Amino acid sequence: MAELKLPELAEGVSEAVVSFWHFKEGDSIKEGDEIVEMATDKAAFNVPCKFSGILKKRAVQEGDTIKVGQTLAIIE
Amino acid sequence: MVRFRRYKVDKTNIVRASSLWEMRYLDLGLSDYKEAYRVQREVADKVARGISENTLIITEHKSIITIGRTGSRKHVFKTEGIEVLNIDRGGDVTYHCPGQLVAYPIFKLEKEAKDIHNFLRFLEDVGVNFLSKYDVCSETVPGLRGVWVKGEKIGSIGIGVKKWVTYHGMAININTDLKPFSFIKPCGIEGVKITSLEVLLKKRIDIKDAKRKLRESFEEVPLLAEAVCKG
Repeated sequence: MAELKLPELAEGVSEAVVSFWHFKEGDSIKEGDEIVEMATDKAAFNVPCKFSGILKKRAVQEGDTIKVGQTLAIIE
Repeated sequence: MVRFRRYKVDKTNIVRASSLWEMRYLDLGLSDYKEAYRVQREVADKVARGISENTLIITEHKSIITIGRTGSRKHVFKTEGIEVLNIDRGGDVTYHCPGQLVAYPIFKLEKEAKDIHNFLRFLEDVGVNFLSKYDVCSETVPGLRGVWVKGEKIGSIGIGVKKWVTYHGMAININTDLKPFSFIKPCGIEGVKITSLEVLLKKRIDIKDAKRKLRESFEEVPLLAEAVCKG
């Protein structure tokens, strides 16, 4: 079981909004797959998964504002 | 090949420094938005896979209203037949049309450059540098992205990033028909006024010359921000 967390985005940027998930719970994920799209005020960006496995849980929902370091997903 | 400079200045100035890197240039002329987007994604995929150099695309679009990821359809009041498209960039609603230059830097951000907001500041600096070539003094506004002249917005910014490769970018009004900006709430900012180089200089601008100047600005402004003390 591994937790995928929101990485550092930029100096002074501490949070971002979840735009949408590219995968649903139960999907098979490969390391490097872009798993979720996030947005700050002027940038949309995709978060790559650091692990391979099954997407066990989407820990945040589309529209949520989350902080750097917060868990995005649990991969089993 | 673009060689960015490395500066040393005193503490009061924020300077930008970069290592050497290469950039190729692609002029799409007057393009359909969706077709230009397809080209962007194709180039971005190649840059991400390391089989293409960083690429600057410059184009003018046929009229279209686009809404970014943090935007709202509520910010489009009327369209008068102009197509509206939701797209995968940051930011809110904006308008593109012939006479506006749109720059799409498809750049791979590596090492210290892996900083999304630094890249946004870089785009703003490019816009300020570009306008200085016309002796127009522009500025950035704390809390509001983009390039501004005397409180009016002339350059808008919104990017996407996939695999640390940037796409989308910056639109600067040159000979833009500004009327359709009244159909929308540009960038979601209440009461914002939009201007163009043509309005500021009170004359029609040579668009080919403007493209050349914009390209030069991308070549001249280094990518990385770095505060360095003199000595």
